[in-house]
Amino acid sequence: MAEWEPVVGLEIHVQLKTRTKMFCRCESGFGAEPNTRTCPVCLGHPGTLPVPNAAAVEWTVKLGLALGCEIAGHALFHRKHYSYPDLAKGYQISQYDVPLCANGRFLVPGPDGDREIGIVRAHLEEDAAKNVHVGGAGGRIGGAAHTLVDYNRGGTPLVEIVTQPDLRSADEAKRFLQLLRQTIVELGISDAEMEKGTLRADANVSVRPRGADELRTRTELKNMNSFTYIARGIEAEVARQIEVWDSGGKVVQQTYDYHPETDALTVRRTKEEAEDYRYLPDPDLVPVEPPAELVERLRAEVPEAPGARIRRLEPQLGFELAEGLVASGRDRLYERTPGERRAVANVVMNQLAGAGIDPDAVDGDELGQLVEARDRIPRAAFLEALAHAGDPDFRAERYLAEAAVADVSELEPIVDDVLAAHPDEAAAYRRGKQGLLGFFVGQVMKRTQGKADAKVVNELLREKLSA
Amino acid sequence: MGGGLVGATLDTLRLTAEEAMGLLERGEVSRAELRAAYYDAVAARDAELHCYLRLTEDAEGEGVPIALKDVIGTEGVETTAGSRILEGYVPVFDSTVAARCKEAGLSLLGKTNTDEFAMGSSTENSAFGPSRNPWDPTRVPGGSGGGSAAAVAGGLAPWALGSDTGGSIKQPASLCGIVGLRPTYGTVSRYGIVAFASSLDQVGPTTKTVRDCALLYGVIAGRDPCDSTTVDVPPVEVPDAEHLKGLRIGVPRELNEADGIERGVADSVARAIELAEGLGASVEQCSLPRSVEYGLACYYIIAPAEASSNLARYDGVRYGPREAGGSFDEMVERTRDAGFGDEPKRRIMLGAYALSTGYYEAYYGQAQRVRRVIAEEHAALFERYDVLLSPTSPTVAFLIGEKAANPLAMYLSDVLTIPANMAGLPGLSIPCGLSEGLPVGLQLVGPQFSENLLFRTGHALERALGFDYVPERLR
Amino acid sequence: MAISRDEVLHVAALARLELSDEEADRFTEQLGAILEAVSKVSELDLGDVEPLSHPLDLVNVWADDEPRPSLPLEAALGNAGEDEDGHFRVPPTGMTRES
Ligand SMILES: [Mg+2]
Ligand SMILES: [Zn+2]
Repeated sequence: MAEWEPVVGLEIHVQLKTRTKMFCRCESGFGAEPNTRTCPVCLGHPGTLPVPNAAAVEWTVKLGLALGCEIAGHALFHRKHYSYPDLAKGYQISQYDVPLCANGRFLVPGPDGDREIGIVRAHLEEDAAKNVHVGGAGGRIGGAAHTLVDYNRGGTPLVEIVTQPDLRSADEAKRFLQLLRQTIVELGISDAEMEKGTLRADANVSVRPRGADELRTRTELKNMNSFTYIARGIEAEVARQIEVWDSGGKVVQQTYDYHPETDALTVRRTKEEAEDYRYLPDPDLVPVEPPAELVERLRAEVPEAPGARIRRLEPQLGFELAEGLVASGRDRLYERTPGERRAVANVVMNQLAGAGIDPDAVDGDELGQLVEARDRIPRAAFLEALAHAGDPDFRAERYLAEAAVADVSELEPIVDDVLAAHPDEAAAYRRGKQGLLGFFVGQVMKRTQGKADAKVVNELLREKLSA
Repeated sequence: MGGGLVGATLDTLRLTAEEAMGLLERGEVSRAELRAAYYDAVAARDAELHCYLRLTEDAEGEGVPIALKDVIGTEGVETTAGSRILEGYVPVFDSTVAARCKEAGLSLLGKTNTDEFAMGSSTENSAFGPSRNPWDPTRVPGGSGGGSAAAVAGGLAPWALGSDTGGSIKQPASLCGIVGLRPTYGTVSRYGIVAFASSLDQVGPTTKTVRDCALLYGVIAGRDPCDSTTVDVPPVEVPDAEHLKGLRIGVPRELNEADGIERGVADSVARAIELAEGLGASVEQCSLPRSVEYGLACYYIIAPAEASSNLARYDGVRYGPREAGGSFDEMVERTRDAGFGDEPKRRIMLGAYALSTGYYEAYYGQAQRVRRVIAEEHAALFERYDVLLSPTSPTVAFLIGEKAANPLAMYLSDVLTIPANMAGLPGLSIPCGLSEGLPVGLQLVGPQFSENLLFRTGHALERALGFDYVPERLR
Repeated sequence: MAISRDEVLHVAALARLELSDEEADRFTEQLGAILEAVSKVSELDLGDVEPLSHPLDLVNVWADDEPRPSLPLEAALGNAGEDEDGHFRVPPTGMTRES
């Protein structure tokens, strides 16, 4: 039996969070009542014309730069024709032979080394409307099946990103997407939430004997709306294809829907006639020629790539922690927080994340003081302080002062009082019943309402009891 | 004028828009009287001419009335583009040109007949019946803007707007003995104009005189933020000089000697050329070898390709009548089959074919290359000449039904207007005489944004020619 | 270049037109004649000529990302053949389609 290697490419749609739609100035927010964010342009009324959204063009260039793409000196909008009620004009305005961004590379570090994933293109297009299918089998009694269309989403800006088939495992695809998402979020151009559909990914999957160069027939996977489902969908499809090939069959080019509840793949019904999109340069729109100054300004605004950041942090932290910090957008807080590196990384990655604190709101120096005092103060007090680490006026000092009484001159009279109040126990300790130390610590803690520095109290008690 | 003018005595056949403006300004006639005079003319002659698809009796505006071709979207007023598929469609917004007319105070008289989606050269392709030529009602008024041209020539509107893709303003103006301007592509907004072929469509005036033409162009021209393909336009000058001193006129051989140019048409144009020389212009023969030979073929690939795309939106979902169907696809296919007439169907299929896999390069790609050749041929001539001169249409108005069965013969009506249109150039048609009792049009083409020069040239020639734009049988 | 009846039916399907038999026959003949006439463009050897898709040399016409009012719902639905619960209503599509 041959050993098989997955060959995976992704096609990703990112919904930009511009205030208005791509080609009209309807607000593009969500949650509005159906068809209340529409106008003659996005309803495709006769005679209406598209006017591109400047912010969407800039953001696409910016994303292209973050993906290492070349920015076209001259890009066009095309019309892509197909028939469906979610298209108001009978065509979607998209980019075809000359996309705004092309030929990029995106670094995805892995546990066993780095991978560079090729970006074929990133182009700008408009989203389709939303269809609601109503009635029919299992639907309302007596109600004929029909479809309801809400054009609110129709015409909102999308960036479509197409990768080379460079991904070699489901896990790699998932990690690529997570870093891509992080990049998008950091650029501030989209919420990029798979669950909400503002980030959507389809996978092109094939397998080949490991070590071979060939590209075998691929299938397309859709309907995977989380990182986990993407990985599981790809795994399921890879397994299916391996079984087909191993049993002497042939993989057929088809589109599948992945059903996460059952891990099943079902063939998507398509038109019998192959689509012929009849691309046409949109005569209502003029070419986009991003000025060099604009491209350079945007380039300067692009943050350091997540892959490079992981590689930078890996020597100090190991791959897993480095990736975790970067992929969750916590590495910048980690970097601006002074202190022992692993301790800081753990606090930032685990406790702070557990407390649901926005890392961008946290002052690194203050957090550093907290991490430094972590072992000296009671755990409850530490967590309490951490929970407020994102507050605008958070000062670690205040929590530490309240939390830990470490000053010997302050604690000594209390220790003396406790020993004086329990002469029998003190005698027993001195006779060798060392387990009573905890009892004395507890008494001191009680009197200080838990604020005493346990280490200092221990030392003081030992000193006095052995005297 | 003693007791002043009353509507009934206004001679709408002769009255120019400029004169009407003067009457209103001097208070010699009221807005209501003026509108009533045109409605009287409509009552008298529209049953025969069928210029209007609908009248708008309660329209606002204190200025001169105007008629708009029914491809021009008007808020609250049904706009059908001459097609069943838009029957009952009432726009919720004004096209930019309709809005500019309103801002200028022009009051809407009604929407004029057009070939369906402006596809045609005779107005016979209107789903609502053909319009007729005021000079001879057995003949076509030209098209697609036959309704607007016939309304102005027949005194049913002082002026009107049309739209021109392959010649739909210039050719009907020629056949009806009036003035028509197809402006430089990009000078007049297409926002709200029912699209036919977006890289060619351009709205322009249909008027009795060149001065009226300049006045109306001044109202509608200029950049529109809603149309990405518009530009700022130099200030419009209403012409008054009556000489052509220093003007260099080129007479492209192929446009003047093309097959099918009628003898009477050629003679009238020749007389106009002599007059131009008399007014001080220099006239020289020149050549547009490939523009004329390949222009029509190029046009009949590009225009249908864009049309097939522009007409894809008519699916019965958001507007327009709908045929029943068990599935979405069935509903759409039946709606489109019932809603479109033969000419849009032919062009939609022709365009879909030219854009489809395997044919794009041979048809659409090649046509776009031919288009550049045409543009460059014209640009080269404008290094030597200010204006190119030719007939507008090879023939005078033809009989209703004469070409209806043969689409290719109909397409030839635009052979002389198409080349300049492909190059995005402005073209002015003015009447220059009669042939067998029917008007002949003279086409003046200039470089991009040369409208003021075309107005000056047209005005001087118009004065010298002394053509009477009132149809003989109505005088 | 002639066009076959099947090709006419194929482009009709692409163009979402349901043609009757009579229409299919008539259009096959007419489109064949038109295609033959327009094929004239292929006589020219223009391999080195840039296609011209637009008569004006404009680039970069964009609008600021500033919202303008949308239509009231009644206006949006006002011309629709059928509507339901603020939606446009159409016969079932039976298929899913993605951008
Ligand atoms: Mg897409
Ligand atoms: Zn809108």
